[in-house]
Amino acid sequence: MSLQSKLESGQFAISCEFGPLKGTDTHEIKENIEVLKGKVDAANVTDQQSSVMRLSGLVTAALCVQGGLEPIFQVTCRDRNRIALQSDLLGAWVMGIKNVLALTGDLPALGDHPQAKGVFDLDSVTLLQAITSLNEGFDLSMNELKGKPDFFPGAVVKVESNTEASEELQIAKMRKKIAAGARFFQTQAVYDPVSFGKFMKRVEKFKTPVMVGIIPLKNAGFARFMNANVAGIRVPDDLIQQMAAAAKEDREKVGLQMAADLIKKMKPMCQGVHIMAIGWEKKVPEIMAMAGL
Amino acid sequence: MLYSEQKHFDEIIAYLEKDKNVFIMGCEGCAQSSGSGGPEQVAEMKQKLTEAGKNVTGTRNCDFLCSKALVKSELRGRVEQLKAADAVLVLTCGVGIQAVAASINKPVYPGCNTVNLGGSRGEWEGTERCFECGQCLLYHTGGICPLTACTKSLVSGACGGANKGKCEISKDRDCGWELIYNRLKERGLLSRLDDMMKPLDHKKIMPRPEMMSLARYGLENPGKVTDKPAPPPAPAPAATPKAGAAPAGAPKPAANPPKEVK
Repeated sequence: MSLQSKLESGQFAISCEFGPLKGTDTHEIKENIEVLKGKVDAANVTDQQSSVMRLSGLVTAALCVQGGLEPIFQVTCRDRNRIALQSDLLGAWVMGIKNVLALTGDLPALGDHPQAKGVFDLDSVTLLQAITSLNEGFDLSMNELKGKPDFFPGAVVKVESNTEASEELQIAKMRKKIAAGARFFQTQAVYDPVSFGKFMKRVEKFKTPVMVGIIPLKNAGFARFMNANVAGIRVPDDLIQQMAAAAKEDREKVGLQMAADLIKKMKPMCQGVHIMAIGWEKKVPEIMAMAGL
Repeated sequence: MLYSEQKHFDEIIAYLEKDKNVFIMGCEGCAQSSGSGGPEQVAEMKQKLTEAGKNVTGTRNCDFLCSKALVKSELRGRVEQLKAADAVLVLTCGVGIQAVAASINKPVYPGCNTVNLGGSRGEWEGTERCFECGQCLLYHTGGICPLTACTKSLVSGACGGANKGKCEISKDRDCGWELIYNRLKERGLLSRLDDMMKPLDHKKIMPRPEMMSLARYGLENPGKVTDKPAPPPAPAPAATPKAGAAPAGAPKPAANPPKEVK
């Protein structure tokens, strides 16, 4: 069953993600596809994540289609103007890619080509407008298409905000994204079911499926690093202490178990889970089994 | 005003590697206010270049180097000094440097980098910046420009990168959209956050022909303006019996349409 059918029929959906590598060696991608297909409903293919140059996400998503794993093609506004974005989207549809996740994208200054020009011709909302327009058979300039796609567009939202302005801006933008055509959301990683519950209370009126983001912790340092450097991630102290207290050989198990417990707690509050394993892609089926999915 | 900063002297001296004789121009408009090209900086530059072994054939400060007509009239008494120069170094904004380069048949080098449109009081006092986008969005954003306040120039709202109110690019830089939110809230305008924006129009905005003064155009383009009356504009509403039917506010044909402005 496709991701779209699952979410639209109210079933709990599971996605994960992996990033293409830097270079032309596709072994890792093919291994991930083999491990994940038939297990998750769909896999996000990141788009030059963290502004680090890698193999094209479009090509990687097409490899997923060929390998039998439904991709969610992540598209950022950082590297392409509206001409290239629409062109790649049409190409994606031709390659059998159905799900698209519209993102703004990180600043190039944060990546491995910090001198690069950030494009941001469109932003996540206007990109969703473009996807909606393509679905209707027209490009952004209202030229008619010969053959049109039927994408299932999604977007992202940040659950943890540390200022009132940030929280309100996230909600306002979520509303705009829905108005522009977003039909599902994936969140930044969440570690606090209580604050996730509060967030879901605020957005349930939007009646748009939300897939909660999960990043399994690898060790305490990893958690502290994310708290200090990654916007929208807040790992509570008790989880960091649990990781710190675990013996080195047990850390992986503790981290995976913690992720599974978070999924169990938050499953009743939302419509799906999005597991970002960051190097542990092959352990996603294990996390799912531990979470009873 | 245009805020400019003088380039590093090493860069300037590298431009002049093959040129011995230099004429220096400064501007007593924005560049003087910026402290990058007023009489004081021109005098300093003359001294530095002389110390570096160059022969400064002359210097000239003008009021507005951005006006080609003024550039030419101000240089009238300096023709010999200019002729003696291998190159002209210009200490002002990018507009002024281009105006000088268009006016003098010599290699013209920039002595300054134009950083931004600054405040309006003759020096860079404020933090407000204009993107010159030609489609002002300030109504929607509480008077804070999202194109300059947000490092990604996002028109639809904040990205997810802000942390404690600061932009992901630097802990010293405020998230532009949080500034906008706080301003809208303060003014009771939060509903503007829901305004849907169209993708920005990035066509380069050209000044409209009627914005260019015919008198100045004639001064800057001698020989291109003749005494012949301007040809009547092609089917203009004023020339037809239905002239009175033109809706109020419809653009009127310019009284003196500038010639040869593309």
